[in-house]
Amino acid sequence: MKVVLQNITKIFPSRNKKEKDEVIAVNDFNLEIPDGKLVCLLGPSGCGKSTTLYMISGLQEPSSGKIFFGEDDVTKLSPENRGIGLVFQNYALYPHMTVQQNILFPLQNLKGENRLSKEEMLQRTAEVAKLVQIDEYLNRKPSELSGGQQQRVAIARALVKMPRVLLLDEPLSNLDARLRLQTREEIRRIQRNTHITTIFVTHDQEEAMSISDYIVIMKLGVIMQTGKPQNVYDDPANLFVAKFLGAPPINVLSGKVENGKLYVGEEQVLDVKGVEDQEVYVGIRPEGFMLDKAGKLTCKVSGVDVMGRDISVVSTSECSLNPVIRSIISADEMCNLSGDIAKFNLKEHKVLLFNKETEERVYFGKQLAVHQKILEEMEAEGQTYVTHDGPLPREADDKVKEAVIPEPPKNVFVRAFNAVKNFFIKVGNFFKNLFAKLSKKKDGETAENPEKVEDAPETKEEVHGEENEG
Amino acid sequence: MKKKNQWKAWLYLLPTLLIIAVFTVWPIINTIRMSLLKNYDSLREIGGASFEFGFANFVSVAKYKGFLNCLGNTMILCVVTVPISTMLALVIAVALNSIKFVRKTLQTIFFLPYVTNSIAIGMVFMAMFTMIGYAPGHEPASVGIINSIIEAFGGTRINWVNAGSGKLENMVVLVIYIVWNALPFKILVLLGGLQSVNKQYYDAAKVDGTSRFRTFWRITVPLLSPMIAYVVITGFIGGFKEYSSIVGIFGDGMGPAGAAGSLNTMVGFIYDNLDTNQGRASAAALILFVIIFVVTMINMWVSKKKVHY
Repeated sequence: MKVVLQNITKIFPSRNKKEKDEVIAVNDFNLEIPDGKLVCLLGPSGCGKSTTLYMISGLQEPSSGKIFFGEDDVTKLSPENRGIGLVFQNYALYPHMTVQQNILFPLQNLKGENRLSKEEMLQRTAEVAKLVQIDEYLNRKPSELSGGQQQRVAIARALVKMPRVLLLDEPLSNLDARLRLQTREEIRRIQRNTHITTIFVTHDQEEAMSISDYIVIMKLGVIMQTGKPQNVYDDPANLFVAKFLGAPPINVLSGKVENGKLYVGEEQVLDVKGVEDQEVYVGIRPEGFMLDKAGKLTCKVSGVDVMGRDISVVSTSECSLNPVIRSIISADEMCNLSGDIAKFNLKEHKVLLFNKETEERVYFGKQLAVHQKILEEMEAEGQTYVTHDGPLPREADDKVKEAVIPEPPKNVFVRAFNAVKNFFIKVGNFFKNLFAKLSKKKDGETAENPEKVEDAPETKEEVHGEENEG
Repeated sequence: MKKKNQWKAWLYLLPTLLIIAVFTVWPIINTIRMSLLKNYDSLREIGGASFEFGFANFVSVAKYKGFLNCLGNTMILCVVTVPISTMLALVIAVALNSIKFVRKTLQTIFFLPYVTNSIAIGMVFMAMFTMIGYAPGHEPASVGIINSIIEAFGGTRINWVNAGSGKLENMVVLVIYIVWNALPFKILVLLGGLQSVNKQYYDAAKVDGTSRFRTFWRITVPLLSPMIAYVVITGFIGGFKEYSSIVGIFGDGMGPAGAAGSLNTMVGFIYDNLDTNQGRASAAALILFVIIFVVTMINMWVSKKKVHY
């Protein structure tokens, strides 16, 4: 089932009527999710990816825009009529029911024609349980299962109704690293077997890259880029996407283009013919460095991490925007490293330039051809290449971040305690000043300094004692 | 913790242990002792009298006129009020939890009986149900608000609490009073439980198209079952100790005028006997204790099967 989001916007109204601090969680979101594919919504927290998912599920209603499943407009449909399966971040398995009862629950809700006979229900449950490999645990309670098993029960519960669309909300974030890896493959396998259109929300870029057919990268409610994971990694449309994908993250240096040459600091590191003169951010993937004694980029080495096959050279440069430059090179090249100074040559296709003003990609050399090829490929698959156009949203001039995390309401007792504390501090300060003045008068100006030193800690202790009482 | 420091721990515990010993442990032991001495009386004991040891007090309690009435009244009040008040409290708590507007105000209103003196509430109830200046066979000077309402709807006035009123009417008034008085605590506990239930269970239920009724029975009630068990157990214990509500409405005659003692309860029975025969009062107190203990055990046994912690 194809899922189409058309100009979806979600605005959360402001908390109090006086201040207008409404939050635009999702802003004019357009996306087409092809049938039978696994698509990841990826982005930092607060970027609106979960909100988008909940709008697809029907638990939240978009402020404007339309949602289509196939050709049906489901915007006004309630969740149970949309034919979706939803897996929650913390699974939301009913703790008082066994695994079997949990999986049966959605089936027992069906009414009228759709209602199955008891045998059919049990058979369906058994099939789904087998698919997610929990058929051994059908009579256990959720609390008697491991996190990964609970996760699979949650998926089974979502699948048992044979949904048209399967939605997963950060399903792996409560699992430990090893289980996460395993469950991730499991989800992939289940999706391949069932061919259900699946939408997966995560903030973990590695997870998203490894599992999905397409990824959608979001920031502050806006799509930054969509595409196949490898293509988005190789060909990011802007600085945010480049920084968000990749571990270790991309190294960003400040540089400029002059007369078709790229300068980092004073050093001319690359030929970039055909690029207009401008200030740029130079993004270099960690694997884009080559150690060379005659290299053009000079960095100060601050450490070498040995990882067996590869080594990671940690170095610093004045032009770097990150605290360190991390480069991953083959262990064989280690011999080229001597002393505190590392000299690097750069692999052209691993260097990404971004305009300093707009933070958008500046293509040079063969990169433009690669970009064109990716565009053609996507068009051939019926996918539209979406990137954000217009000025990119920035956290600095956006109130979203502040508004999403409301100020924690202070407890009455905490407030009272603070008031009492402040009062005692004021009283303490008053006496401190008073003593200082008195001693000034008494002993004249010569004795002022030693007195003051003695006085100060005493009064401080007093204040503390009273505080505790308050 | 080293062993030699243990005396310090005991020293710190001493004040509490002393208080418990004097005000809890000793009275329990003393009650048992008194119940086993025939027709025990503390004043006579001081005077040098000795009492026959045995179970005579228990026999005399069982044979005492009015004891079965007291036991019956207590049982009826318990069995009727606890289920009603628990169910009402559950419904009100769920309703309160699902609204936002004026929730705080309603919460306060429902909580008021908890902070009001039960004797005062009893007086108000009496005023509401009474017919002032009523004597059997005569027209009352005026009627309380409940009878006024009944008459406004075309019914005939009912003698709820005055002289000559029937036991059924009296019991209805008592049940209304006790249920209303027991609600706030139960609502408070259940509302607290409801607010700690993860909202995602309801989202999950919604996605699965669960009807409201089914959501309530299959999700809300099981998830609240520990609180419900708590409320029922404490409700039964409180019900067996029912006394002040009857004093509040009917006065310490424990019944309408002309039928004193007809509504007496177990605690009332113990209280009545304190002056005349402390041995019998102690025996009755022990019987009440055993009843409460057995009922609580049954409750626990049932909840072990039905409650999902």
